[in-house]
Amino acid sequence: MARLFEYQSKKLLKTAGIRVPEGGLAFTPEEARQIAFRIGKPVVLKIQVWLTGRAGLGGIRFAESAGEADAVAGEMFGMKVGDFVVDKILVEERLKIKTECFVGLVIDDARKAPLLVFSTVGGTGIEEIARKHPDKIFQIPVDILTGLKDYEVRNLLRKAGFSGKLLVQLSAVLARLYRLARRYDARSAEINPLVVTENDLVFAADCHLAIDDYAVYRHPELDIEVAREFDRPPTRLEKIAYQVEENDHRGTFYFLQMAGELTPEEKSIGFHGAGGGGSMMSMDAVLNRGFTLANYCDTSGNPSASKVYRAAKIILSQPNLRGYFASGSGVASQEQYHSARGMVKAFHEENLEIPAVIRLGGNYEEEAIKILGAYLKDIPAVVEGYGRDDSPEFCSQRLEELTEKNASVHTVRPIKYPDIPEGRYFFETLTGRIFIDHQKCLDCQTKGCIEACSAGVLKLDEGKSILSVPLVEAKKGKCTECLACEIYCKFHEQDAIFIHLPIPGLKDYRENLIKKQKA
Amino acid sequence: MAILVDENSKVIVQGITGREGMIRTQLMKDYGTQVVAGVTPGKGGAEVHGIPVFDTVEEAGEKAGPIDASVIFVPAALVKSASLEAIDAGVKLLVIVPDRVPIYDVLEISRFAQEKEARFVGPNTLGLVSPGKAVLGMIGGRAERAREWFAAGDIGVSSRSGGMTSAISYYLTESGFGQSTIVHVGGDAVVGLSHPEVMELFEQDEETHMAVMFGEIGTSQEERVAELIEKGKFSKPLIAFIGGKAAKSGTRFSHAGAIVEGSRGSYESKVERLIKAGVHLADSVSDIAKIVKKLKNGKGG
Repeated sequence: MARLFEYQSKKLLKTAGIRVPEGGLAFTPEEARQIAFRIGKPVVLKIQVWLTGRAGLGGIRFAESAGEADAVAGEMFGMKVGDFVVDKILVEERLKIKTECFVGLVIDDARKAPLLVFSTVGGTGIEEIARKHPDKIFQIPVDILTGLKDYEVRNLLRKAGFSGKLLVQLSAVLARLYRLARRYDARSAEINPLVVTENDLVFAADCHLAIDDYAVYRHPELDIEVAREFDRPPTRLEKIAYQVEENDHRGTFYFLQMAGELTPEEKSIGFHGAGGGGSMMSMDAVLNRGFTLANYCDTSGNPSASKVYRAAKIILSQPNLRGYFASGSGVASQEQYHSARGMVKAFHEENLEIPAVIRLGGNYEEEAIKILGAYLKDIPAVVEGYGRDDSPEFCSQRLEELTEKNASVHTVRPIKYPDIPEGRYFFETLTGRIFIDHQKCLDCQTKGCIEACSAGVLKLDEGKSILSVPLVEAKKGKCTECLACEIYCKFHEQDAIFIHLPIPGLKDYRENLIKKQKA
Repeated sequence: MAILVDENSKVIVQGITGREGMIRTQLMKDYGTQVVAGVTPGKGGAEVHGIPVFDTVEEAGEKAGPIDASVIFVPAALVKSASLEAIDAGVKLLVIVPDRVPIYDVLEISRFAQEKEARFVGPNTLGLVSPGKAVLGMIGGRAERAREWFAAGDIGVSSRSGGMTSAISYYLTESGFGQSTIVHVGGDAVVGLSHPEVMELFEQDEETHMAVMFGEIGTSQEERVAELIEKGKFSKPLIAFIGGKAAKSGTRFSHAGAIVEGSRGSYESKVERLIKAGVHLADSVSDIAKIVKKLKNGKGG
């Protein structure tokens, strides 16, 4: 669910015909003063963060005048609440409240239908309302094919004790909220409190919408940066990771940063899962051993080797890791050697020092484990590969033993690519570029890259390895970026092949991080 | 017997000419599934692995039907349309493999399926397999692996994680316990057949004597299984594992369905409900086979 801020949600409510308090968004105390002045009445100032219970955190305050609004806003900006630093404040007219109600739309997974929930008690969270006043909660499961009917809403409101003009006013709000939620693919939409003022007008005093991640593409106008559930703004590294996912739809790649600043004492590790259930099970297993996760990452659904490589590079952009743990379900349908090759390339480039336990169970796991063993023996780190018959619990124990023996702490290095002279042979792939040094090809005895290429897109031309399909085909995905040619050539032949797989933003990210560490 | 699919089921593949559709059709065919037709609008008249391709499901039904099931491999944005088409053409079982299907699309498919008395597995599913009989979807990856990993037997498996569906079944096979049908219900927040619905099917199936369930944090599926047992609607021994013990509330872990919202769907609430209902909780996946063994021995089986 991609959450919208209150001010964004209210903008949508307003266009849907639901009354919201007069107000505006302030980025400075001066702007808060101007908005309060324009309103000309007592105001409420609300920090814009994805947290509930803002009042208790000092995030909702009142001001009688424009001058007071300025002063109060001055105290609120820069406040740290949860993982947010307050940078936006919604300044609104303070309503004269007679009653507060609750209305929300959720997706009921048991009924497989949208569920409209209304309560004559508002203000607090719906769970608390449900616990304290179960008799004051009213629901309508919505028939998605015919939509929410006006009379259904009126019937609900009558049962809740409303009548006359107020019933009509409220029913319009409920019906419009449903239509709004449906139109914007909202996983949840909540107006709480829905306020009836002293002069019997209905206002949405607070509102939260969360858009279905999978439908964000239908709503470019919402400008959602990262379509993921977050209870805080996405970190820079998460944004970088999200770009990788957006640019390569082969398999899924999910990356979450779990901890803020890590110290080497914390026994924190880079976590690289494969498959939702398997990742979660593996996470539970390492946490049981007392490790902290720096991140939660999941590459699954048949990801390309290049995607796994990028995931590993992103994970290794976090400092102070003591180990690297990769584990999935153990019996994956996808060919495991792709993941193995992705890690080989990344670990070599990083010259990995911290111990890594890689559990690659599933199709062709024997080959995957062999790849790890054969090509990672020359880096400083100990890398152990396991398969389906080794449990996540056992693998976590191995990582614990290895980290106890090896006190290395991961250092984030600047990203450096080899210097490639002008005119070197290359072709483009879906997300990168493959360079081949044909001078070195001439010294090659085996020409093994041709056979290693799993997509069969390389051929020999006067002893040199070149693309066998049209350039545009390779770029469209005929070259699957399996990385086998580079790895073969590096370890068995002349090290003539370099696959450039850029990760936009990562170079700067690391440089900034290193600068910050030095300071 | 088995649930949902067996060697006699006649199956079509929607999106058969796409990359995944083509590869996975081969797997199904090799395993023994009767794939009688494929559908890709605009590709009617073509053939994939010797299977005729039609422009519409209706035509596939007329020329190669009756059809028992359709496996869907079209891009997420087209899933709704493909599913409604199949349901409207009278297909009673859909397996919706793609990931990232918008939730309101799933609700619409579900509502229409209900009206036409059709069922669907997924979205975001690897599919299902009745070992030795047929596979729908992509579970196992290759026919020879599917044969090696899954053996016919009397344990029903239902899982919200694709990889874990295979993993649990493999560990059962390794320990000498076969499976009746293995269902990956899908990782999304709303799925067609969820755990309780699969359990009801296992209850009716005479060959299923025991069931294993891989649950996760989020959704109400596991709680509803507990309810089913308490109401006497599922009476066979059930072994469950719940993933996400250490997950933070409010954060989604990979699967769209794996998010704890408030106290709803938390690890603790699920485990507590299931234990109360008499379900055997496994602490780790490797314990599942041990519990099965104990239960079987206890019954002299």
